[in-house]
Amino acid sequence: MHALANPARFLRIARPATTWLLLVGLALAIAGMAAGLTLTPPDYLQGDTVRILYIHVPSAWLGMAGWLGIAAASLSQLVWRHPLAAVGGRAVAPAGATFAAICLLTGSIWGRPTWGTWWQWDGRLTSMLVLFFLYLGYIALASAEKERGGEGRIAAIYGLVGAVNLPIIHYSVLWWRTLHQGESIGLTGSTIAGSILWPLPLTLVGFTCLFGAAVLMRMRAELAEAKVEARMRRLGA
Amino acid sequence: MNAWSFVAAAYVVAIALTAALLLWAFASMRRAEAAADALKRK
Repeated sequence: MHALANPARFLRIARPATTWLLLVGLALAIAGMAAGLTLTPPDYLQGDTVRILYIHVPSAWLGMAGWLGIAAASLSQLVWRHPLAAVGGRAVAPAGATFAAICLLTGSIWGRPTWGTWWQWDGRLTSMLVLFFLYLGYIALASAEKERGGEGRIAAIYGLVGAVNLPIIHYSVLWWRTLHQGESIGLTGSTIAGSILWPLPLTLVGFTCLFGAAVLMRMRAELAEAKVEARMRRLGA
Repeated sequence: MNAWSFVAAAYVVAIALTAALLLWAFASMRRAEAAADALKRK
């Protein structure tokens, strides 16, 4: 990690990585969505609405992974004072908030024909909504600290404390009797039929690459803005 | 409404928000890097 502490070295890697992540992400996400919409059979219970799975699961994963990234950046900033950690945390937040919002909206749309309701205050849905609000709070706090010229330590502490919500989201379907289904995809296997499941890895990897590209683009923007500010200060001095 | 209306709505929401995120990130990066390059040339 400290090999990337030098912004110039980071940018040498980030520039080509942004293009590759965008291209690979677009190709995989489009292929996965097209396959999910046309090549898989409808579910015997849910019918065609099961196809929402191919966008809902990646967005849920990225909404949670985004906050894991913020927590890692926060820890890196507070413990090792990594110079790019605060930039990384601020760059992850809008992407994480977007995918948390996609997860909530697609889940709500999926819920209407499946459960007969757009929304239910159950453990999984509520903890995911809390995650979305945590993102908004982090964005506001980190922006305010940056404007005041702070190091972003308060946002970093907030990022670490907010990570408490991640196990709550994950285990909510086990801890409480919820309307949301239990865990159907684990590290060792899945209860979903392979004929329906196979496009999911394509959209999972595809949207993850697009998430990575968005984060790198925001980090490059923040570093360029910092360069301009530093030069303006030198010119003004 | 049939099942496909819900599927279409979910995909439109996901694609629109992802595209908006990528376009915003790309535009802010281009703007910031162009400003930094312009300042370097001065």
